[in-house]
Amino acid sequence: MFDRFHARLIPCQSKSERGDVLLAKSLLEMIDITKLFPGVRALSNVNLTVEEGEVHAIVGENGAGKSTLMNVLSGIYPFGTYEGQILYDGEECRFRVIRDSEKKGIVIIHQELALVPYLSIGENIFLGNEQHTTGFIDWDATYHNADKLLRKVGLNESSRTLIKDIGVGKQQLVEIAKALGKNVRLLILDEPTASLNDVDSRKLLDLILDLKKNGITSIIISHKLDEISYVADKITIIRDGLTIETLDKATDDISEPRIVRGMVGREMVDRFPKREPNIGSECLRIEDWTVRHPLFTDRLVVQDASLNVRRGEIVGLAGLMGAGRTELATSVFGRAYGTVLKGRIFKDGQPIILTSISKAIQHGIAYITEDRKGDGLVLPVSISENISLAKLSKVSKKYFLDKDLEKNVAKDYRDRLSIKTPSVNQLVGNLSGGNQQKVLVSKWMFTDPEVLFLDEPTRGIDVGAKYEIYCIMNDLVASGKAVIMISSDLQEILGMCDRIYVMYEGKIIGELPRAEASQEKIMSMILSASKGA
Amino acid sequence: MKDKDEIQGMINGTGVEETIRVQGMLNENGSGSAIQQQEDNTSIMQVVLSTLKKNSMLIALIVVLIIFGFSTGGTILVPRNVSNLIFQNAYVAILAVGMLLCILTGGNIDLSVGSTVCLVGAFAGELMIVRKMPVLPSILICLFVGLLIGVWHGIWIAYIGVPPFIATLAGQLIFRGSSLIVLNGLTLAPFPDEFQRLATGHIPDFFKIDGLDLNVTCLGLGVLAALVFLAIRISGRIRKIRKGYAPGGAIYFYINTGVLAAIIVFVSFWLALYEGMPTVMVTLIIVVLIYAILTSMTVPGRYLYALGGNPKAARMSGIDTKKVMFFAYANMSFLAGVAGLVFATRLNSANPTAGQNFELDAIASCFIGGASAYGGIGTVSGVLIGAAFMGIMNNGMNFMGFQTAAQQVVKGMVLLLAVGFDVLSKRKSR
Repeated sequence: MFDRFHARLIPCQSKSERGDVLLAKSLLEMIDITKLFPGVRALSNVNLTVEEGEVHAIVGENGAGKSTLMNVLSGIYPFGTYEGQILYDGEECRFRVIRDSEKKGIVIIHQELALVPYLSIGENIFLGNEQHTTGFIDWDATYHNADKLLRKVGLNESSRTLIKDIGVGKQQLVEIAKALGKNVRLLILDEPTASLNDVDSRKLLDLILDLKKNGITSIIISHKLDEISYVADKITIIRDGLTIETLDKATDDISEPRIVRGMVGREMVDRFPKREPNIGSECLRIEDWTVRHPLFTDRLVVQDASLNVRRGEIVGLAGLMGAGRTELATSVFGRAYGTVLKGRIFKDGQPIILTSISKAIQHGIAYITEDRKGDGLVLPVSISENISLAKLSKVSKKYFLDKDLEKNVAKDYRDRLSIKTPSVNQLVGNLSGGNQQKVLVSKWMFTDPEVLFLDEPTRGIDVGAKYEIYCIMNDLVASGKAVIMISSDLQEILGMCDRIYVMYEGKIIGELPRAEASQEKIMSMILSASKGA
Repeated sequence: MKDKDEIQGMINGTGVEETIRVQGMLNENGSGSAIQQQEDNTSIMQVVLSTLKKNSMLIALIVVLIIFGFSTGGTILVPRNVSNLIFQNAYVAILAVGMLLCILTGGNIDLSVGSTVCLVGAFAGELMIVRKMPVLPSILICLFVGLLIGVWHGIWIAYIGVPPFIATLAGQLIFRGSSLIVLNGLTLAPFPDEFQRLATGHIPDFFKIDGLDLNVTCLGLGVLAALVFLAIRISGRIRKIRKGYAPGGAIYFYINTGVLAAIIVFVSFWLALYEGMPTVMVTLIIVVLIYAILTSMTVPGRYLYALGGNPKAARMSGIDTKKVMFFAYANMSFLAGVAGLVFATRLNSANPTAGQNFELDAIASCFIGGASAYGGIGTVSGVLIGAAFMGIMNNGMNFMGFQTAAQQVVKGMVLLLAVGFDVLSKRKSR
């Protein structure tokens, strides 16, 4: 495989033969790209060839160098900070700023969308590219052209709508419309579906295929291999800053196991660690839980939800984004969200009332957020201070902190959860996503919880770190704790949970034991609920 | 291989710039880079570097002292002037300590402190001069007024949700106006002697040795303080070792402790050469100690840093963030009350224009002292250095005959450069 790949690249190195490649209509060639950061070889001699009009996927584990490569291409790392050559449309390019690459029709859409929430869709589409006549913005042209672009991407919204009023899925489409507004030829999408539900993801992928028909070439970076199999013509696998291979849909096997093997360099036998369920008595029961939206008082985000979890059990909450799962968890967690209209909570059979987060913590309930940087961790503060934060009483006497004890606690967690850091004094903001997640889990383990809500515990972390988080979850239930996991990754839910609740629009529409659950069953439950509604 | 995975994982996880820092650390076998606090295994060179970097403002302070020392022919450093410096800047330092707590909560500032200083002074004048009330009850009432103003701000900011900038801007107007009303636009003077002595005199020498031009009490207190300091530091270290915690590098510890103790003794000796310890220094030391302990060693202190570092995460950790915010502002005006009394004794009058722009000096001291304008970062010791820096700049420029206008330009530039330097050095080290 490697030989074949290598052979394909040799022509690029001699000038006379480069003509052949051009004949094959290579839109983009990145040749021997090497990018060094002090002490790290982020990319070493990476090669990438993208043909005109194809969808080219780049896959690799977190940190393999995918984003770095795209940043080199788009000029975020300007010419001169890397070695190697970029040929675009047959000519060598030396991009110094993003604008240079955009002039050539290369547009990158980052995972974190670059939209301004309080500006309209139209203003956002032409941000930095304003429709103007001699410095004055032509609002008619702005909105007219924006509407045209929105129709192209199949978004049925007025371009005067504010960005904050549309969902993430639609925002993603606005980003693409924005790219189209810049006459894009090569569209780079970095994890475009990371925060989308299955339906929106599918829409987006179909749009990419649609654009392909109109001659727009795409490079897509994604973790979701099923999507890649669906959309990509070619797949380049990067590992540890090296191009491992390029698979061609037409000639190669591009099944998921095949891709994963390339990514991790070995066969992944099991994505989920084995566990013998040892289920005990009921730990937490929620009855008729109804929660009102904090701003829109006529909206019920959770409606008559009842569920329970037993000791030693992992219960999953499946559903589309916006089904009310996070809202259910956070409103139970000391009413951190919305207004609870009715409902009862029983802990070990006893009714409890949780009016504040600190009460919830006292009752042994922990909520591990889906947004670890947003409301989980204090980034400019050390690991040890983060771990103790939710239960400082355990490392203090009468308001005075015992910092040595605090540090030892942190070291203990560092060893138990193998958080990779030279020191527990390290600022959490300096850790990788997977390690941050482990710090977050440590923080809540330190509160001695009996019930843990884990909200998207593996979002945005790589395969290896995911496996470690799963192991930690198994250890938690093995020690008699109860876990409620919220996840948009159905495979994860199926792989980890003993029981699964399915939520749709604030209601629990079904409950499935592990043995009966399947991806199809859950999706069909959601679909029939959406038809019934 | 595994390590490399991790390093690369960090590239994606935290952005490349930060990776460089982490990477550097891993390469050096976990020895910590310059800006990291040192821990398990550290080399002396790195400790020195990190110490220098952590104390860059202290070094700047020393440099400025040396420059002014030369250009004023040493006048700025004579014991009499050092004593003066303390009188002149004690109230700014007290305000700056209070301001630090506000800034820690998220870069929030209190614009009303100058007016509060004035209003508390006005109350002091009204009570002691006009109504001839005894000193102690008057002081208590004045402090209570300060606290009340703080509670007022705290309610608006923490519980109603008015942005601190606006709430305290309103406070600035309200309390300035109130001072004018209390004083009827007039200046009241002079204060009773016992009140004046509280913050303008020196602690008398109880053990005067005839023929020796040295305040023995002052020196004795300094030595005592140094001994207490040593005892606390060393017993803390022994406890640490006994409990089996990593005690940190021994050399660094002893040098650090020894130098600090020597500074305490030296300052007390220097002051003893003049008239002894200024009484206001006692107030200042008490305030500084209380707040240094509060911010670095207690649970509420930790809450301040957590709130400033990430308010949402703090809330989701069960911290009553409103209460923390309320406390920071209630406390700020209380300390403004303390500063108001100190300043009133210094002026020996209650004046409706007193305290103008004090908030700016306090805020500048915090930022020069390394507090982050985004909150969550800053220490009492840093703020003290910042206040000293401002005070020495003022004093030195006065000696050198700078006009007020020129002084303002210089101070403004210093603030800008200090924060600019801080921002740049942080960016580089990432």
